[in-house]
Amino acid sequence: MKKKYSFLSLIKNAFTNNENWEKMWESPEPKKGYDVIIVGGGGHGLGTAYYLAKEHGIKNIAVIEKGWLGGGNTGRNTTIIRSNYLWNESANLYDHSVKLWENLSDELNFNMMFSQRGVMNLAHNEHDIKEMKRRISANRLNGLDTQWLDTKQIEELVPIMNTKNLRYPVLGAAFQPRGGVARHDAVAWGYALRSNEMGVDIIQNCEVKDIKTDNYKVEGVNTSKGFIKANKVAVVASGHTSVLAQTAGVKLPLQSRPLQALVSEPIKPVINTVVMSNAVHAYVSQSDKGELVIGAGTDGYNSFTQRGGYDVIEETVRAIVELYPIFGKMKMLRQWGGIVDICPDASPIISKCEVQGLYFNCGWGTGGFKATPGSANVFAHTVAKDEPHKINAAFNLERFSDGRLIDEHGAAAVAH
Amino acid sequence: MILIDCPYCGEREQSEFTNGGEAHVIRPKNPEALSDKEWGQYVFYRSNPKGIFYERWNHTHGCRKWFNAVRDTSTDTILKIYKLTDNRPDISEFQSSLKSPSGEPAVGSGNFAVKK
Repeated sequence: MKKKYSFLSLIKNAFTNNENWEKMWESPEPKKGYDVIIVGGGGHGLGTAYYLAKEHGIKNIAVIEKGWLGGGNTGRNTTIIRSNYLWNESANLYDHSVKLWENLSDELNFNMMFSQRGVMNLAHNEHDIKEMKRRISANRLNGLDTQWLDTKQIEELVPIMNTKNLRYPVLGAAFQPRGGVARHDAVAWGYALRSNEMGVDIIQNCEVKDIKTDNYKVEGVNTSKGFIKANKVAVVASGHTSVLAQTAGVKLPLQSRPLQALVSEPIKPVINTVVMSNAVHAYVSQSDKGELVIGAGTDGYNSFTQRGGYDVIEETVRAIVELYPIFGKMKMLRQWGGIVDICPDASPIISKCEVQGLYFNCGWGTGGFKATPGSANVFAHTVAKDEPHKINAAFNLERFSDGRLIDEHGAAAVAH
Repeated sequence: MILIDCPYCGEREQSEFTNGGEAHVIRPKNPEALSDKEWGQYVFYRSNPKGIFYERWNHTHGCRKWFNAVRDTSTDTILKIYKLTDNRPDISEFQSSLKSPSGEPAVGSGNFAVKK
């Protein structure tokens, strides 16, 4: 680890007006060829490069990003981290990630601002209660720390919540104390910094136009900076993954839709946990700056516009104001949309495909941020060994023919 | 917010409509003869192009009738609306606004990381 960040380095740079911080990573011109090319410089892609270099000894890697690092869905989500998924396969995968999150700041010597403030999923009707209690039981069998809260306990944790005087009263909640939020930029920058130190080339503002294959074997990628040869190509391009797969003749069961989020003006601390509600579709947490971070839903149609419809925000804000009347007069500062790739069973695909040397990590839909380190870790294993890690073996493409779906629509939080 | 010109009711806001996914997907005539893979393709795989997309809409909060549309998914511009009984318009009728498969159009995208 060459660049060390510490309290001392903070003080030192404060004296020079923070103008002399070293560049975190190089921006080289692409070489003619690489062992592995990773398409997509978000958290998942940069993390994959980091674990390939660190755990599998592959250093001749390029990460190719069409915009800037973490400018896609890594920078466009609500940063919620949790692992309270129903099925064993998902619980293993997402909790692998939470465990990595817990040590990531130390491992990368870069502050992830990972705050385990707990994540609460509200129940608003009898069905919600039954479904959540079932999920809590399943979680506990998998060793996860989920628990049931009744209305009184919720009111103690979130005093500003209106639990009774609303159309769908709050009847209880599933709560995971180890869940929380992290800083989205930090995960992309931390992985970029440390993988670059191990020799990974980070190439920004370079668009991959298509993936070149010959007789079911990958040859490289055509980019806006010319053709780059590669033995292996790993595509982690979220909403655009299926578009790129198409250029290699691979069809993926994905649909791309805009997912919106918004933040309010900053206020004093009022809510110190993450509260999500599937039924009325509202989730909210408060950032360290004091802004309320609010997640809206997906648009009801396929689109790549990265904007989203106004009626979707309106629906979410309506639910937020009913749940928290105190927010009624607040102003919203920013709104944005990201293109999410949604799988039929609301679970990701981390898999090889029929083209040799071509790998996909996609289908994270509306909840990929939480999985960043875990997904990158097992995907690096899949790419390096040409076979899945036991944690992601079930998240293959074959499940859409053999029927072993991992249906997580209930735990996915945003209705797909 | 996009406006959709329902062939029966006229132009209304998109929130009155429900999207029905890809249009012109035909159920295989002989499901028993298909392999698991082929059946999986029919059940789970739909095209997801950036650009020209043929899709179905239902005017849920209006006449409740189904119809088809051709839309550019990179800009959300609706290029053509036609009834279920009409023939599928040929793709050569429409012009894609994209220079590369995953590029950004000049107008209509919110991806400021890539747009110049």
